[in-house]
Amino acid sequence: MSRSNRSRWSGRTVLGAGAGLLVVAFVIAATSGAYAISPSQLLGVFGDAWRGVDNPSPEHLVFFNIRLPRLLLGLAAGAGLGLSGALMQGLFRNPLADPGLIGISSGAALAAGLTIVLGAAFFPALPRTLGSWTLVTMAFGGGFFVTMLIYGLSQGAGGTRMALMLLAGIAINALAGAGLGFLSVMATDEQLRSLQFWLLGSLGGARWSAVVLVGAVVALALAAGMTLARPLNAIALGESQASLLGVDVERTKRRAVLVTAFAVGAVTATTGIIGFIGLIAPHWVRMLAGPDHRIVLPASALLGAALILAADTVARTAMAPAELPLGVLTAFIGAPMFLLMLRHFRGRV
Amino acid sequence: MNTPEPLAGRRAALRLMSASAFGYSLAYAGAALAQGKAAALPRLVTISGAITEVAYLLGAESQLVGTDTTSLYPAAAQKTPKVGYMRQLSAEGLLSLRPDAVIATTESGPPVVLDQLRSAGVKVELIEADHSWGEVQRKVDAVGRVAAREAQARALRLRLDAEWATLQQQILAATTGAGTSGRKPRVLFVMAQAASPQVAGEKTAAHAVIGFAGGVNCMGGFNGYRPMTAEALAKAAPDVIVTTAQSIEAQGGIDRFWQRPELALTPAFGKRALIVQDALLLLGFGPRLPEAIRTLHAQLRAA
Repeated sequence: MSRSNRSRWSGRTVLGAGAGLLVVAFVIAATSGAYAISPSQLLGVFGDAWRGVDNPSPEHLVFFNIRLPRLLLGLAAGAGLGLSGALMQGLFRNPLADPGLIGISSGAALAAGLTIVLGAAFFPALPRTLGSWTLVTMAFGGGFFVTMLIYGLSQGAGGTRMALMLLAGIAINALAGAGLGFLSVMATDEQLRSLQFWLLGSLGGARWSAVVLVGAVVALALAAGMTLARPLNAIALGESQASLLGVDVERTKRRAVLVTAFAVGAVTATTGIIGFIGLIAPHWVRMLAGPDHRIVLPASALLGAALILAADTVARTAMAPAELPLGVLTAFIGAPMFLLMLRHFRGRV
Repeated sequence: MNTPEPLAGRRAALRLMSASAFGYSLAYAGAALAQGKAAALPRLVTISGAITEVAYLLGAESQLVGTDTTSLYPAAAQKTPKVGYMRQLSAEGLLSLRPDAVIATTESGPPVVLDQLRSAGVKVELIEADHSWGEVQRKVDAVGRVAAREAQARALRLRLDAEWATLQQQILAATTGAGTSGRKPRVLFVMAQAASPQVAGEKTAAHAVIGFAGGVNCMGGFNGYRPMTAEALAKAAPDVIVTTAQSIEAQGGIDRFWQRPELALTPAFGKRALIVQDALLLLGFGPRLPEAIRTLHAQLRAA
């Protein structure tokens, strides 16, 4: 850190910049899309909505039924992934940690694969009783179950051992990957394509019901996550140091894992796997503002949301009227950006 | 009505073929004129190559505002705006083409996007794909109904049904009639458009067309596609191999195709018995199915 020749931004500046970036990304995302809606039409649409006009224009229908829920789902998803990434990196005290490490994504993917490939054959009643929520429910359940399994496996003498958690996570992720591989052999062509698209992530399935659900979960996760900022700052000094400072280390670990499992579980279940956001958002924030979790947690959420909105705008417009899978874009944009950051801030990682 | 000029001739011919269709056409034209401006023909997006083909045959190409990536025939269809792969449609992208209706098979999705289209007031017509002649009939009927070209659809149905009935009799006579061995050729269908070739089992379009053409699928006991293995092929003992032109291209030519080690122990390898057909023509279950089956049947007899 001493080699750094740039002064850090203050916490307030970073939060303000994050919020500003998010607003800009949101406005650009709202005014661009395959269906041309000019800014003046957009104002008209809002005017209609304000006055409660009965006979809405096609622009109104497209904006309020399709584009707006998609933007809000993207916002919630990005915030959830950014926050969870920051929580995981703080908890593991490792800049490589991301929510995938504790099995949420692989568990959700395995459960989604089971639903897509074997769902119709073995649980024919499920789609009828749950409708299109079958996949969402299964994926959330799968992610949550695998995370709890990894958490359970990492219990050792004297509580949760983070090294054990990391290794158990790697083993369980490998197991889930093998399961997915087996499912892809069993799958028909169509099932394989469905599974592939699910694994690549997309905000295309955004509905108001999903927005409300994911939004509520992520809002709660943000609130709960913020209470962990101080304990995580203490844990950054080492677990025994944190205990000496009066921090309940076990409770902090449990809560961080739970908050991440809920937030990433809800996001992944509705959007499929969107990689890289949880990894790069906290990095970017730490490089600018330093390691204080009171700043890193909320700023990562803001930045994650802005990144997803930007990536999804490209996903929606680059190949219109078709669209690109979002997960492909987040990795495409995220990975080179990450490398650039590493070069630029070599001294601060 | 904004019917394009070149269609007039074809429409006249269709009318001559069917008096009732003629009457209906007139009635429709009258009603359409009475409605004036509102009578503009519905704008369509067709999802699946076969459905797009039907739309062109019914003279609805001026109504097509978009198609999916599997719509490759006729060549003009490749120039329409592409809405992406049929299972990964985008609601806003589709709506940006301002269609009145989307015609697709039940394999299209995701379901949420179809719901979004419906909620935006677009008619979504789904046709069940079960690899039967009925599937072709349903496609013709549905496109005719949704595109407001029912007279043309009825004429096309009559023509295709007659063609199909004749073809089936010919194939039946050729495979079981006097002077034939009664032995159906054992056929292997290989799909090799990706690196690792796969063979068609039951409940596939390939399985259905092999049966239609008077052959028997030598792979059984599983549904869908499975990776091709040497031992399974030796056991299945195909007399002839059917594949798609796209597979041969992906494998780098017919000679390279035969160099696949899995094929060496099959009876087909000795005779180099290989039939290559266009994927959409053979497996699309569109209006060219009789043509595809007639060719395949002739090739199976020659092989």
